[in-house]
Amino acid sequence: METINQKQEFNITVYTENQIGLLNRIAIIFTRRKINIDSLNTSPSEIESIHRFNIVITESEEVVRKLTRQIEKQVEVLKVYYHTNQDVVWQEMALYKMSTDVIAEKVSVERLLRENGARAVVIRKDYTVFETTGHREETDNLIKILQPYGLIEFVRSARVAIIKKSDGFNSKLREFERLEPGEDVVENEYLNKGQKVFTM
Amino acid sequence: MATETITQEIEPQSVESAKEISVIEQKAVESVKEVSGSVALLEALIVEGVDTIFGYPGGAIMPIYDALYDYSEQLNHILVRHEQGGIHAGQGYARTSGKVGVVFATSGPGATNLVTGLADAQIDSTPLVCITGQVFAHLLGTDAFQETDVINITTPITKWNYQVTDANEIPEVIAKAFYIAKSGRPGPVLIDITKNAQIQKFNYLGYTKCNHIRSYRPKPIVRPQYIQEAAELINSAKKPFIIWGQGVILGSAEKEFKAFVEKSGIPAAWTVLGAGAIPTDHPQNVGMLGMHGNYGPNVLTNDCDVLIAIGMRFDDRVTGRLDKYAKQAKVVHLDIDPAEIDKNVMSTVPVWGDCKETLPMLTALVEQHDHSEWLQVFADHTKQEVESVIHNELNPTGEQMTMGEVIKHLNEITGGDAVIVTDVGQHQMVACRYAKLNKTRSNVTSGGLGTMGFALPAAIGAKFGAQERDVVAIIGDGGFQMTLQELGTIMQSKVDVKIIILNNSFLGMVRQWQELFNERRYSFVNIESPDFVMVAKGYGIEGRSIDQRTDLVPALTEMMNHKGAYLLEVMVTKENNVFPMVPQGCSVSEIRLK
Repeated sequence: METINQKQEFNITVYTENQIGLLNRIAIIFTRRKINIDSLNTSPSEIESIHRFNIVITESEEVVRKLTRQIEKQVEVLKVYYHTNQDVVWQEMALYKMSTDVIAEKVSVERLLRENGARAVVIRKDYTVFETTGHREETDNLIKILQPYGLIEFVRSARVAIIKKSDGFNSKLREFERLEPGEDVVENEYLNKGQKVFTM
Repeated sequence: MATETITQEIEPQSVESAKEISVIEQKAVESVKEVSGSVALLEALIVEGVDTIFGYPGGAIMPIYDALYDYSEQLNHILVRHEQGGIHAGQGYARTSGKVGVVFATSGPGATNLVTGLADAQIDSTPLVCITGQVFAHLLGTDAFQETDVINITTPITKWNYQVTDANEIPEVIAKAFYIAKSGRPGPVLIDITKNAQIQKFNYLGYTKCNHIRSYRPKPIVRPQYIQEAAELINSAKKPFIIWGQGVILGSAEKEFKAFVEKSGIPAAWTVLGAGAIPTDHPQNVGMLGMHGNYGPNVLTNDCDVLIAIGMRFDDRVTGRLDKYAKQAKVVHLDIDPAEIDKNVMSTVPVWGDCKETLPMLTALVEQHDHSEWLQVFADHTKQEVESVIHNELNPTGEQMTMGEVIKHLNEITGGDAVIVTDVGQHQMVACRYAKLNKTRSNVTSGGLGTMGFALPAAIGAKFGAQERDVVAIIGDGGFQMTLQELGTIMQSKVDVKIIILNNSFLGMVRQWQELFNERRYSFVNIESPDFVMVAKGYGIEGRSIDQRTDLVPALTEMMNHKGAYLLEVMVTKENNVFPMVPQGCSVSEIRLK
């Protein structure tokens, strides 16, 4: 019971139709309950016409469970999963713009960049853009490191996460297209209490 | 797959030979005709079985109204006086007929006036399809005249909404709208159609009803293992208790429900919206749940060992304080909406499915049981409630009339066969507590949203949804003044509704709370009213106002016998309170009898 009420980061994965207004429909499920979205990524999935949302929020599992049901209830949502950080492999990409002179002059900066796995994306006379991917702490850490050397600009992407245990969505989609859903699609959390899968 | 082509009667299933196919193809070519988006919309409504539309024209919906001019024989359009009245009428229609209510409104203010009704329909799961006009597509986002972002305004209060900017989309979108509105857990759908799409001519290929959307599973497949578990729990229970909600009515599962109740022998209580699914006087119907519900059902919720919730959502007005709600009981929850299961009350056995399917499966497995001792416990509680509350409410000795005695005499006159439409407040609780309902779909009220002003327009719709039945609207003096302009609709469309205003010269429910919880600091609850009878007369509606008990039965009789609409104002005790009451923040077992 304790763990279910403890707040932690959850990764919510939503598969949807590609429909105008759906982002709003999903976003207001959070805002209505005054829940902040820490990170939101939406992009086409590997299946044509189906989009995948990755939403990160910090909440208790009980709240997340109820939220996922509300999201899945939306007509154009195919499936929703939620996972803790331990259940997913996730990355965020960050870009750092630095003065090229500084990097050229200071050997230590080059070393620091190398140590942090940064890679130059653009090199110009006046500035250079580096890229790293990793967890939040890693990209944050590089900001701290570069700050003393005059970090000009920084941007970070939303989180993308892949579910360790999932078999992918390709096979499930075929089930969805059938009029009568198979066992795989009918499963839902209360009906499969052992597993942490919430699907419909 | 149900394919219905309007222009020609072509049924692909009947095609057998190649020769016939070629004829069909030829016909199909002929059937491709140019029609406007507006005509396609109206054709769609006809195929969907729509007979009545509640609406109000305006600039951005004019092409649809122009097309409607030629369809007035097939589609009965009721001109309301305000779009809010239109949508509440649509709700009333849906609630008594079981069909989808259809509402037309124009863009901007027309559309925003639908908001209250949409929110009401969303929370009370009422199937509606609302069509709003919208400015030309090229003007979207330019702050054009009467432009408002209806889709985004209505997103949180619709089951689905969609903006059409091209006439080609209309048949498919309307088909989806009806399918979504009425399937699964029903709800309101809003389709916003830009003016250019209403005018635009396109190659119309006929209308096909929708019966599948890949991302939408309105009806789950029932898993027998959970039925089995539920049945075992019910069969082993000593003090099982059924609580049911509107899901039974929305699922048209009244028969299946009755069979389950009668075979299991379990006492059953209802939520406000579930009222009437089985008759009020059914021996196992133990009464109403919730804040102003009956004593037994509330107290014994915290005494039962198995709580069987059917098509209800454990609203806070039903549960009272949640952490003290039925903690001793194992909970079986039957619902079609997976988001409702474990939302407020954790279930022991979740039965996810359409109760029309799950109830017969459960009935087959439950044992016939005699719970007469347990039923007697309910009867004992009823006795207590009668003594301390009901008797005085229905047979007052004071000079002034009570709301309860009005309902009692109304029951005697209608016999319990009328549709009772109520507004929101004290009169609503009194009417729900005491109205006799013999049939399902007899109770139309704003449950979840608590919309004052709901009853008068909803009664209009209720009458169109159940033309053969008497419709009686019971409204407070406050709520009536929120939508009384709909008397104009009653006048123009000759709607035979009976209106009872229970006038206590107060916003009674708020006053009651101020009396009980705010030390009688009556803050803005004193409400003056016009001469309601004169207002009604102004609309050509017969009426009468009474303040003497001796006039009550004659006046009610006169009203019910009157041909056409009738308004009866009854002056009732000013400071009467509705009891029993579960004060906010209290457990259901802490219900107060006074």
